[in-house]
Amino acid sequence: MPFELHINGEARTVDVPPDMPLLWVLRDVLGLTGTKFGCGVALCGACTVHIDGKPVRSCLLPASAVGNRAVTTIEAIGATAIGAKVQKAWLDIEVIQCGYCQSGQIMSAAALLAATPNPDDSDIDAAMSGNICRCGTYVRIREAIKRAAKAPAGEHI
Amino acid sequence: MSAVAELAPSRRALLASGLAGSFVFAFHVPVAGAAIVNGAVVNDIEGVLPEPGPFAPNAFIRIDTMGKTTLVMPQVEMGQGVYTSIPMILAEELDADWNSIALEHAPPNEKLYANPVLTVQATGNSNSVRAFWMPLRKAAAQSRALLVAAAAKQWNVDPDTCTTDSGKVIHNASNRVLTYGELASSANGTPPANPPLKQPKDFRLIGKPLKRLDTPTKTNGRTIYGIDVMLPGMKFATHAACPHFGGKVAHVDDSAAKKIPGVQQIVVLDDLVAVIGDHMWAAKSGLDALRIEWDPGPNGHVDSALIRADIMKASEQNGLVAKKIGNAHKALAQGDTFEAHYEMPFLAHATMEPMNCTVHLTKDSCEIWTGTQIVARVQTTAAATAGLPLEKVIVHNHIIGGGFGRRLEPDMVVKAVRVAKHVDGPVKIVWTREEDIQHDLYRPLYYDRLTATLKDGRIDGWHHRITGSSVVARWLPPAFKAFHGIDFDEIDSAVDMPYAIPNFIVEMVRREPPAVPTGFWRGVGPNNNVFAIESFIDELARKAGKDPVEFRRSMLTKTPRLLAALDLAAEKSGWGTPLPPRQGRGVSVQVSFASFIATVAHVEVDEGGDVKLHRLTTAVDTGIAVNPDTIVAQLQGGMIFGATAALHGEITIKQGRVEQSNFNDYRMLRIDEAPAIDVHLIKSGEAPGGIGETGATTAPPAIRNAIYAATGIPLRRMPVDREVLAGRKQP
Repeated sequence: MPFELHINGEARTVDVPPDMPLLWVLRDVLGLTGTKFGCGVALCGACTVHIDGKPVRSCLLPASAVGNRAVTTIEAIGATAIGAKVQKAWLDIEVIQCGYCQSGQIMSAAALLAATPNPDDSDIDAAMSGNICRCGTYVRIREAIKRAAKAPAGEHI
Repeated sequence: MSAVAELAPSRRALLASGLAGSFVFAFHVPVAGAAIVNGAVVNDIEGVLPEPGPFAPNAFIRIDTMGKTTLVMPQVEMGQGVYTSIPMILAEELDADWNSIALEHAPPNEKLYANPVLTVQATGNSNSVRAFWMPLRKAAAQSRALLVAAAAKQWNVDPDTCTTDSGKVIHNASNRVLTYGELASSANGTPPANPPLKQPKDFRLIGKPLKRLDTPTKTNGRTIYGIDVMLPGMKFATHAACPHFGGKVAHVDDSAAKKIPGVQQIVVLDDLVAVIGDHMWAAKSGLDALRIEWDPGPNGHVDSALIRADIMKASEQNGLVAKKIGNAHKALAQGDTFEAHYEMPFLAHATMEPMNCTVHLTKDSCEIWTGTQIVARVQTTAAATAGLPLEKVIVHNHIIGGGFGRRLEPDMVVKAVRVAKHVDGPVKIVWTREEDIQHDLYRPLYYDRLTATLKDGRIDGWHHRITGSSVVARWLPPAFKAFHGIDFDEIDSAVDMPYAIPNFIVEMVRREPPAVPTGFWRGVGPNNNVFAIESFIDELARKAGKDPVEFRRSMLTKTPRLLAALDLAAEKSGWGTPLPPRQGRGVSVQVSFASFIATVAHVEVDEGGDVKLHRLTTAVDTGIAVNPDTIVAQLQGGMIFGATAALHGEITIKQGRVEQSNFNDYRMLRIDEAPAIDVHLIKSGEAPGGIGETGATTAPPAIRNAIYAATGIPLRRMPVDREVLAGRKQP
């Protein structure tokens, strides 16, 4: 039974099994490969997207359960003021190494800053500890989140 | 002949090699795959040589008539920053315009792109910058000389009166300028054999913390990793190989799997079952619905206890002598000897991008899309598996989502081609994380025996016997033979350990573990050796009644660069200043991958045995720092990688199979466990050292020694055992 998803401001109709997680709909059906598969069981955070602005692990969320809520992926997060600030801070601090986990890191960081504009270290630990980075970029992630928090509003890449 | 001397493939040579065919395929690739970053194009899909421009003086540099400078990367980007540092080296001597360069992955070609030190086309052993440093500078300087000669000829002036800057040849006296693009068609002379290279004082790019070329598209999801490849008509697959090493498929009941929506096909091979579907979810659901009975094969009885007992027993025999100074046996017989054994566990790589490979196999061609550290070996292996001549196999390399040595192996390609033989059209095979953890080639389990005597507070006799699997014997047999059964990697940082010891012997016992395949893992041999040596040194310091830093200092007389690093790390870490109870500082030094590194860890151990990492302070002399910020980043990240192993890393075996399966039982360090990290770069004019693996090597012994300082408990085996630290178990 086809149903509609609202992804990055566009309505997309998909015809997929009802239990199919959003991750695979994004990647394999819609070709939005910026959202990554890491573990399949919400242990690593590589698949993090926003549902109505809240960070969600898309590998366990059935696409059919999303309903009318707005899905934002890494491909479009730069269109939000906070997303753009996070991306810029990531580049200014040169956080990224292999980069595979960084879509999820940026989505989690953008959601953190939307909810907590000036996070302290414990806020960062709580919001970001679900995202594994095997290259070990944590020191710079912490620094970049603080930098993005201080960046003036409206600053874009 | 050097790797650089015989470059310059002509269009004809490319045609002859079969690469030309890949140009045709490349046209089918969506243009969106080419990402424009910082003026550079990192083409994530094609992985084939660009059409040689009019100016193609060697395998690394192409300049077209518009001045577009394409640099072909002989080493692959997997996070270590090599797609910025290698271009910096080339652009420096070429005097290219940094803002108008484009990058291409090198295609498989051992002759053109072999790593000069490793002798094969591989990215590993922290060898990219140090191996290509001189060859690429020379190739770029030769290219520059040709462009200068062409301009000088056109102007009828002495080439020595011309200068170059940012993609232009300049004749100051007559105020004339020609761009490299304008010279591309005429710069076709014979390059000088030994063009002058720049003095470091004249470097414009090298030594500056330049922004990475690969990172902008990694912030917005536009980088295409191997796992992201999408082809028209592509199918999706995942597989389960027999979880027992060496086992087979006994029986498969696919009745439930066939009913899963989207499942197209089930492929049963003798040791592996794959499900092909409309998407990964269908394939994975289909695989989960299969009822597979496995025949565990000959290794069903193998477990960790058996493997450990076997290697400990093997370590009792004499090994091959890898290095000998003075008379260690005599010195050890005369003094008060102290002996300790150290052990490292099997480890999986757990790259964040799970193993994957996309294959389009037809009866007379094979095309492969993957991210690999060994693109040429992937080609030869795929050809052998497909039963096709080499020239019928095209490999497209990609930006890699974590290598760490895992992608120095072609096993995922072999499995993918075997499955693809049964599939019509292109198929992308993605491993689940469980498959990734359970079908790795594991960092070997090592057992090290060390014995030493002290004389006047210093080490007089030293005996180190390393026992473990030889990865080199399997991976690079000629090198294993050339050293008569000594594995150069297994003894690395042991035979050349930095301390001045008058009587010294290092032996190696090769012992392959039953059942478990082994492979290179970030930090390779030095991970094991530096851990064993630096742990033992700390125990000897305590026996001698000396401060661990002072004890090391007194024996570092031969290695001033390391001594300077140790002094700096000690100073910056506040070594010697008081700490609260249950906290401690530990130090570790190493000369590994030609870099000189000292690290101080500051940790706290609670009464339940949990270890909190407060801070890691590292000082490094890695010679000329091509991109200093990348070096700092590699050490920061590498130390997290090492700390992950020290605190959490262990693969165990039961019934001939790996017991761990995902990040719940094979844990990674997370941000809330990550320490503060300070990296101090020491300015140096020496040739660049390797850096990518050094952090993984230096952190574990420093952490172990800090735990020793905090608790007095000398841990002898990794990972840290909380039961031991809580006093519930003997060390």
